[in-house]
Amino acid sequence: MSDKKYLYKKTAVLTDKSSHYCPGCSHGLVHKMLAEIIEEFGIQKKTIFVAPVGCAVLLYDYIDCDTLEAAHGRAPASATGIKRSNPDNVVIAYQGDGDLLAIGMAETIHAANRGENITVIFINNAIYGMTGGQMAPTTLVGQKTLTTPLGRNPSNEGYPIGACELLNTLTAPYFIERCKVNSSKTAIYTKKVLKKAITNQMNNKGYSFVEILSNCNTNWGMTPLDANKWIDENVEKIFPVKNFRDGDAK
Amino acid sequence: MLNKIVLAGFGGQGIIVAGKLLAISAMNEKKETTHYPSYGAEMRGGTCSCSVVVGDNLIASPIIKNPDIALIFNKPSKEKYEPLMRHGGIMILNKSLIEDTNLRGDIKKYLIKASEIAEQLGSVKSTNMVMLGAFVKATSIIKLDAIINSLTIAFPNAKEKAIELNIRALEAGYNNLE
Amino acid sequence: MKDKILMKGNEALAEAAIRGGCRYYFGYPITPQNEVPAYMSKRLPEVGGVFIQAESETASINMVYGACASGARAMTSSSSPGISLMQEGISYIAGSEVPAVIINVMRGGPGLGNISPSQADYLQSVKGGGHGDYNVIIFAPSTVQELADYAYDSFDVAFKYRNPVMILADGVLGQISEGVILPEFKEIKDAPEWALGKGKERNIIRSLFLNPEDRLTTHNIHLQEKYRRIEKEIQYFEEYKCEDAEYLIVAYGTTSRICKSAIDNMRNNGIKIGLFRPISLWPFPYAKLKENAASKETLFVVEMAYNQLEQDVRIGVEGAAPIERLNKLGGSVFNEEEIIDFISNSITLKGNKYVG
Ligand SMILES: Cc1ncc(C[n+]2csc(CCOP(=O)(O)OP(=O)(O)O)c2C)c(N)n1
Repeated sequence: MSDKKYLYKKTAVLTDKSSHYCPGCSHGLVHKMLAEIIEEFGIQKKTIFVAPVGCAVLLYDYIDCDTLEAAHGRAPASATGIKRSNPDNVVIAYQGDGDLLAIGMAETIHAANRGENITVIFINNAIYGMTGGQMAPTTLVGQKTLTTPLGRNPSNEGYPIGACELLNTLTAPYFIERCKVNSSKTAIYTKKVLKKAITNQMNNKGYSFVEILSNCNTNWGMTPLDANKWIDENVEKIFPVKNFRDGDAK
Repeated sequence: MLNKIVLAGFGGQGIIVAGKLLAISAMNEKKETTHYPSYGAEMRGGTCSCSVVVGDNLIASPIIKNPDIALIFNKPSKEKYEPLMRHGGIMILNKSLIEDTNLRGDIKKYLIKASEIAEQLGSVKSTNMVMLGAFVKATSIIKLDAIINSLTIAFPNAKEKAIELNIRALEAGYNNLE
Repeated sequence: MKDKILMKGNEALAEAAIRGGCRYYFGYPITPQNEVPAYMSKRLPEVGGVFIQAESETASINMVYGACASGARAMTSSSSPGISLMQEGISYIAGSEVPAVIINVMRGGPGLGNISPSQADYLQSVKGGGHGDYNVIIFAPSTVQELADYAYDSFDVAFKYRNPVMILADGVLGQISEGVILPEFKEIKDAPEWALGKGKERNIIRSLFLNPEDRLTTHNIHLQEKYRRIEKEIQYFEEYKCEDAEYLIVAYGTTSRICKSAIDNMRNNGIKIGLFRPISLWPFPYAKLKENAASKETLFVVEMAYNQLEQDVRIGVEGAAPIERLNKLGGSVFNEEEIIDFISNSITLKGNKYVG
């Protein structure tokens, strides 16, 4: 292997295990970006993930860091426990929309409101992936799911909840941004945002929240390419991609 | 009489509905039957299977450890089920997607170019019906008529044309077994 | 007679519940019961009912509490981790004497466990599960037909006793499709007098008792009197080939149907063995079990859990016969052969064993 130069190499923070994610799913890409950042920052030994209940529950199979598997929705509470008792570690909660906004809404809001010095990565795919495609709090109006067979109807199911908008009403959070990863350009930008959210924690700035609009092509019943297009054409209309708050900018 | 039948392939090949149709047909023939799908996270990664048990008395367990009969839609499923087959069991292989059709010596082997036949009939989606037709010919556990008569029960919302295509696919499977 | 139709357990129970009068369903997705909410979301609006996907199981059970407190036939369904989250609500429902129907399609635990069939929530279900002295009426079906029948009847039982009823199923029963004959639609009478917004008098539904004149003790004594009455009136069980049996298997639910086939097999080999199957797990048919156990060489308790059903068997049998256990742990289902092997071996050899 002497003087061959690699143009690209898989980071050692990712394991060699092939993933269970459906082809084209955004989870895999976000895992990779996080792993690369952890390698670049040299924090593999001190990073602790809190794996959610959801498609990413096997995160520890792919990212080679210490990991706590939390109960459904409770990741921010468990992350609080880890961070308060280990302030020098980097604690990353990684959650889906059902986990973060439905069953875990109380934990989400209160961890943010305490300004916990943690990084929360929010994968918003507008559906419950793991359980086979039920309505999520972020399901779009009219979107068909297993439990909204005629499409989400606001008079029975209400409207999609914007996590960034909601958290932005609180005083304590330091950083809130919504991104997407459906093209190389947007993915490269998102990686910068993720770096920032982790750097904030390392600099003891407090709560950082990154929402990533993701596809669930299997449960949306689309090809990965169509699903990525659907994000631009539909999801982003309801969930605008932008920075909501950046404590550094003050 | 007790037959433990497995249908296996990847998602989208109509494995679960083919199994359901088989179970409905058996029930309409006044047999006892259970249908049990692989479910949840098991389904991720693209594999899909279901177990259908057909017998004369209440079925004890819907879960099959050693199948008597297996309808195998793709290569990974062949690799999974070959070692599990009961001694002297029957395997029906979708030759279109399985190159190496060599099997354990004691297994009775039937081949059918199911995906190709389905494609020729107009839609690769009826691969499952071709496989079922082949199964009927190979085992005679259920009559072809019984399956045809159950189509409208299994697919209550299907248009007449779709039902017709399914019948042709069942018949093609029945007539082209190797 | 009506024709059988092939239905998945989860869907059959949902349809039967609707035919038994259920018009309100509140639930949260979890495998292996996802077909229940999916079915309800389609079907309830067709019959003038309401389906709500709650934000959690904690919310689901409290929505049921509200709907049932106002006299509606409402239910929820979940699987083990979700049922754990409901325990606080179930305690409130029992304490306030509100009827409710809860379905638990059990999966492997503890914790997130897996999604495979299990019977490891037995003790949680039959011995309370939440805080305080209370009981939930528990039915354990073993076929899709029974699953439908108990779902259909459970609303009447819940309303008769003003008590929560739980149907304890498992991943196999939820996921299998079998032939089933669905019951007829039931006429539901007006809401009962005690219900919120329905009575002639002012109604308050509560479980807090602070005043000296309506002390919690009195309330608890009242509850216990009700439970004794339920124990007298509900004793469901099945005896299978017990008349001449020298050996007896005790099993419920999915496990019991596998045991029946094992019994047929062993009888062909000259082993005189039968099955006692409790169907109401609370109240447990202790007396009938004891009667059956009396003259037996050995009782074999077979369950997909560690020593849970067995605790009730021991209470019932009171030492009348030796007991051996065959346990299957971590969300996996027995196959007939291992039951036959274990029992045949132990009839000559003695000793306990559990299969990982
Ligand atoms: C208490 C509890 N309720 C329900 C479940 C079942 N469950 C597993 S993952 C999941 C939702 C996952 O959706 P989301 O959080 O959006 O993540 P995704 O799978 O889409 O990545 C649910 C409801 C559970 N494990 N525990």
